[in-house]
Amino acid sequence: MKTGSHLSIWFFTGICLGVNGAFIVAQGIYEAIYPPVEKVVLSQLHANIWWGAVLLILGLLFCVRFSPARERARLEGK
Amino acid sequence: MNPALLMLSSSTLVHLSPVDLVIIVFYFALVLGIGLYLKEQANTGEDFFMAGREMTAWVAGLAFLSANLGSLELMGWAGNSYKYGILAAHWYWIGAIPSMLFLALVMMPFYYVCKTHSVPGYLKLRFGVGAQAISSISFAVMTVLMSGINMYAMAVVMKVVLGWNMHFSIWVSAGTVAVYVALGGLRSAIFNEVLQFFLIWAGALLIPILGLIEAGGWNGLQAKILQNLTELHMANPGSYTHLWSTLGNFNDNPMGINWAGIVFGLGAVIAMGYWTTDFLVVQRVLAAKDLRSAELAPIIGAAFKMCVPFIVILPGLLGLALLRDPHTGQLIRLVPADVAWSPAGQAQGLHGYDEVLPLMLARYCGPGLLGLGITALIAGFMSGMAGNVSAFTTVWTYDIYGTLINKNATDDFKVKMGRWVTVIGVIVSIFTAYIAAGKPSIMDYVQSLFSFFIAPLFGTVLLGMLWKRATPAGGWTGLLAGTLSSVGMYAWVKLDPNAVRYVALSMDAQDQAQNMFRALWCCLICIIVTVVVSMLTKPKPDSELKDVVYGLTPIPKVEHVSIFHSPIFWGVVVAVIFIVLQIIFW
Repeated sequence: MKTGSHLSIWFFTGICLGVNGAFIVAQGIYEAIYPPVEKVVLSQLHANIWWGAVLLILGLLFCVRFSPARERARLEGK
Repeated sequence: MNPALLMLSSSTLVHLSPVDLVIIVFYFALVLGIGLYLKEQANTGEDFFMAGREMTAWVAGLAFLSANLGSLELMGWAGNSYKYGILAAHWYWIGAIPSMLFLALVMMPFYYVCKTHSVPGYLKLRFGVGAQAISSISFAVMTVLMSGINMYAMAVVMKVVLGWNMHFSIWVSAGTVAVYVALGGLRSAIFNEVLQFFLIWAGALLIPILGLIEAGGWNGLQAKILQNLTELHMANPGSYTHLWSTLGNFNDNPMGINWAGIVFGLGAVIAMGYWTTDFLVVQRVLAAKDLRSAELAPIIGAAFKMCVPFIVILPGLLGLALLRDPHTGQLIRLVPADVAWSPAGQAQGLHGYDEVLPLMLARYCGPGLLGLGITALIAGFMSGMAGNVSAFTTVWTYDIYGTLINKNATDDFKVKMGRWVTVIGVIVSIFTAYIAAGKPSIMDYVQSLFSFFIAPLFGTVLLGMLWKRATPAGGWTGLLAGTLSSVGMYAWVKLDPNAVRYVALSMDAQDQAQNMFRALWCCLICIIVTVVVSMLTKPKPDSELKDVVYGLTPIPKVEHVSIFHSPIFWGVVVAVIFIVLQIIFW
C-alpha cells in the first residue's frame, strides 16, 4: 500500500510474523531435543515447529515482496 | 467484594517462559517504532484524522474488521459460544455480513461523496447542528468510557491469566497507545490494527486446528458435546450445534430467543446500526483512497468476518466437548464470572465462561506459541483502545470543538489539538478504568448505554440518506426519542424483571435476547418519530441536500474495471458463501 514513504504496512507485518516465527521454531527445536517435563495436549505433533515455520516463511515472503527497495522502485516507477 | 481484588489471591491460568516474554516485549517495541516512523507523515488534519485518505481496500478492510476484533470480543464470544452453543455465531454471520455488504454497496457512496470526517459530521450536513450535537457528544462520552472499561477488562484478564499487577497492565498499555496514536494519528492506529489482525490469526488459529484433531473432526465434536451435556442433564443438549433449527420457539435453545429476534433485532437493527453508523469502524473505511476501495473495504472485512467463528466460536464449543479434569476425568463446567470470582468459586478453582479461550490456549500452546497467543490478546486490547481514542479525537476536534466551540480553528491547530486530545483521552480512559475497578456493574451499564445510542442512530442515518423529506427537526427528535425509549425499556426491566415478557416477548429471554428486542423497538420508535415530525415540519430545499441524500447525489462512475475488481461481484460472492454457511450449520 502507499504510505507516502518507503515502508509499507505489509513490510512491518512481515517483520512481526517472521521474528515471531523464528522464536517459535527455535523453541520447538529446543523442545524436540530436550523434551519438557510438563507437556501440552498433542505435544507429539510438535505444533511449535511447523506453525512457527509457517509464520517464518510467511513473514519472509512479506518482507521480500514489500521490501523498502522494491517499494521505492515501485513509487519511482509511477 | 470487588472481583478484581478477589483475583489477587487467585492462581494464574498460565505461566510464561522467557521466550514468551521476549515475544511480548518485541510486540511493544514494534508498535512504538511504527508510531515514531509514522510521525513525519501526520502533519495535516487529513493526515492525522483521516490517514491522508490514501488507504488501499485491503488495509482499510482489515482495519475495519480489526477495530471490532478486540480481545474482549474474542474472549467474550468464545465464552458465549460455551454458554449458548453455535447460536453465538449469529453475531458473526447474520449479525455482521448483510450489514457490512449494505454499508459497502448502499451507504458508502453517501459517506464518501460528502467527504465527511465522521458520522456526526454527516448528520450535521443532513440534519443540522442539533442531531450532530446529540450524536457527537454521546459518541465522545461513550467512546472514552468504553476505552477505559476495555482497559480495566484487559488488566483483569492479565491478572487472571498471567497474574500481572493490574496497575502495571493499565499504565503500560495506556502509555503505549497514547504514544503511538499521538504520534501517527489514525494512520498509526490503522497500521497497528492490521498488525493485530495477523497476530490474532497467528496466535489463535492453532486452537481450532488442534482441537478438531483431538475431538475427531466436526462429527466427533458434535457427538462429544451431546454426550457431555446429556451427562450434565442440560436442557436441549442437541441444540448447541445447530444455528437455525432450534429458533422456532423461545425455550428450544439455550439463549431463549426466536428467529424474529435474531433476524430483525440482531440482523436488521443492531448489526446494521453498529456496522453502518458506529464511527469507530466507519472511520477506517472513510480513510480509503477512492470510492471503489471504500466499497471494497467492508466486503473484504465481511469475507474475513465470516471466518472469525473458526477462531472464536469453535474454541468455545471445543471447551464444551474436551475440558475435563486431568486427574479425575470429570467434566470441567465453566460458570458465570461472578460465581467463578466469588470466594467460594475461587476456593473450588472454578473458571468463568470468558476464560474458555485462555484455557484452550494453555491446553495446546507451549512456550513460544503461548507468548504469541498472549501477544495477540494484548494487541487486540490495545488496538481496541487505540480505535476508541482515535475516533474520540476526531469527533472531539471536528464535531465538538470545531463546530460548537471554535469554528475558525486552523488545520495546524487541529492537528496539535488532536495530539493533545489523544493524550487527554487516554488519561480520562485510565480514570474511567479505575472507576470501573471500584464498581464492576458500571461495565454492564455503559455497554448497554453504548448500544442504546447505536440502534436509533441507524434509523436516523438511514432515513437521512434514503428519504429526502426527513427534516432537521425530525432527525434530532427521532434520535432523542429512540435513545430515551431504549434507556426507558432497560430501566423498566431492571426495576421490574417481569417486564421482560413485554420488552423481549418471553420470560425465557436471556440478556442477549433482551438486547435484540430493545434495539428493534427503539429503532422503530426513532423511525416513527422522525417520520411524523418530518411530515409536520418544513423540509430542507433540494439544493441543500445535494451529496447527502439518495436521488440528489451524483455517484461518481467507478472506472472501468474487470469483474474481479468489482465491489458488486465480490459482494455477491460473500453473500452466496454466507447463505451456504447458514445451510451447512442449519
